[in-house]
Amino acid sequence: MEAHSPEIFVVGLTVFFLACIIGYYVVWSVTPALHSPLMGVTNAISSVIIVGAILAAGPYGFETSKIFGLVAVVLASVNIFGGFIVTYRMLSMFKKKNKNKKDS
Amino acid sequence: MSNNLVAFMYLISALLFIFALRGLSHPESSRKGNIFGIIGMIIAIITTLMFKSVLSYAEIGAAILVGGVIGTTIALRIEMTALPQLVAAFHSLVGLAAVFVAAAAFYDPASFDIGVIGSINESSLIEMSIGTFIGAITFSGSVLAFGKLQGTISGKPIVYRFQHTINAIIFLFIVFLIIIFVLDQSPSIFWSIVIISIILGILVVIPIGGADMPVVVSMLNSYSGWAACGIGFTLSNNLLIITGALVGASGAILSYIMSKGMNRSIINVVLGGFGGEKDISSSQNSEDKIIKKGNAEDAAYILKNADSVIIVPGYGMAVAQAQHALKEMSDILKKEGIIVRYAIHPVAGRMPGHMNVLLAEANVPYEEVLELEEINPDFPMTEVSFVIGANDVTNPAAKTDETSPIYGMPILDVEKSQTVLFIKRSMATGYSGVENELFYRDNTTMLFGDAKKMCENIVKSLN
Repeated sequence: MEAHSPEIFVVGLTVFFLACIIGYYVVWSVTPALHSPLMGVTNAISSVIIVGAILAAGPYGFETSKIFGLVAVVLASVNIFGGFIVTYRMLSMFKKKNKNKKDS
Repeated sequence: MSNNLVAFMYLISALLFIFALRGLSHPESSRKGNIFGIIGMIIAIITTLMFKSVLSYAEIGAAILVGGVIGTTIALRIEMTALPQLVAAFHSLVGLAAVFVAAAAFYDPASFDIGVIGSINESSLIEMSIGTFIGAITFSGSVLAFGKLQGTISGKPIVYRFQHTINAIIFLFIVFLIIIFVLDQSPSIFWSIVIISIILGILVVIPIGGADMPVVVSMLNSYSGWAACGIGFTLSNNLLIITGALVGASGAILSYIMSKGMNRSIINVVLGGFGGEKDISSSQNSEDKIIKKGNAEDAAYILKNADSVIIVPGYGMAVAQAQHALKEMSDILKKEGIIVRYAIHPVAGRMPGHMNVLLAEANVPYEEVLELEEINPDFPMTEVSFVIGANDVTNPAAKTDETSPIYGMPILDVEKSQTVLFIKRSMATGYSGVENELFYRDNTTMLFGDAKKMCENIVKSLN
């Protein structure tokens, strides 16, 4: 995608620190009651590593690197599907309860 | 797709991930947030599939399908009480995926524009080996955490002599290997880094015991983010860097909140070996003290005659799966006009927010579930504190006894309420190994038994 040079590293580092700062403020605003879903969703999005896995699995043929890529795609997919679904399940339990229905 | 378009699509998906986390600031906005996250992920995957170099759609599609089916099945079937294990298992997969992606980049650097085999850019090698190192630690550490949470491995901290020195030496050895790797780029050194990092991951988690698990799970959450970051640097991919940093920050903040909930520094938890052997010291002087035992009828009578009740759940509730019976009990009390609320200690359970999820599963409205700071001022005005499966988080020794290992830990002030009901299986000490003096107070009634059965019996008596 891009050539690897020192400038790119510095750009990456800039992005990294800015993202850390955003992460810091966003995560502190998460209500403690939702800390479990927070772990679920961060778990799912950290599997965006699938992007690298797809690139590795991209070429034709069956090179070593492609096998590694495919294994990583499987692992990351387990996490993406599992992470989002389990988060969805948790969050749907936090729906505002209808008092009449619940007290029956 | 042009490079600019790719960068733009990745930016959109990074923004959607940020909104996904932002949504969690309130239960009502959280579901929308989750959807943002899913859309962000779909955009990221489709954008990557559009790359010119990505040709083998059949294999990739099959791999996503296999992973997707496994992930969906697990996520749909898992019991809510088993969430901590599940999260640990998922973290291990992120770590392992990071190792495989790094390995793929090492074996086929040309695909990622980081050089050719045998002469990969030095900076890429450093980033790659750091990503591998963190990924491998996340993997093995999470597998061990999973084992401890699942109960396949003893949850007791395992401590031995020179533990920290050994870990430090192994860490320095890995740094040394990374230097060698950057210089000679040999596959055997790469795999040595992987294997030794896996060993280090196990050694780091082994001394950490049961109730410290919330910190470990958060920490591994953080590591999985940093591993993604490392890969992001290797591939010069801003989306991976941003997402990794978000996840890393999130896990780090959760670890901080958890260790603060125990009044210990993160370092102290990581070095581990807390509790376990200390229970001998305090148990001798307890024999002559008198405890008041009660049964379900007594508890039902006390609860029925109260105006306000605060329920304090702990890990014991999760183990006994008592949340539904507890909800049934509190519904009856509410019908009688009694104010029922729940007080959650930050470290109750085995992962951050564990109790909140279990109570939500039992349909407890989240407005009734309060955090430590919110509810503590209300205990003096409360007639009954109903402690179910919690111990250390209510121990007043944390405020009074400077010699206690839990001294300084913020606790729920149940002792200030008029009556305290304790559901416990036995008189055993909590995880910290500290005797809870509350058990011997005049206004405390101990209800011995399984938390779920006890709640069911109380419900019977109330009817």
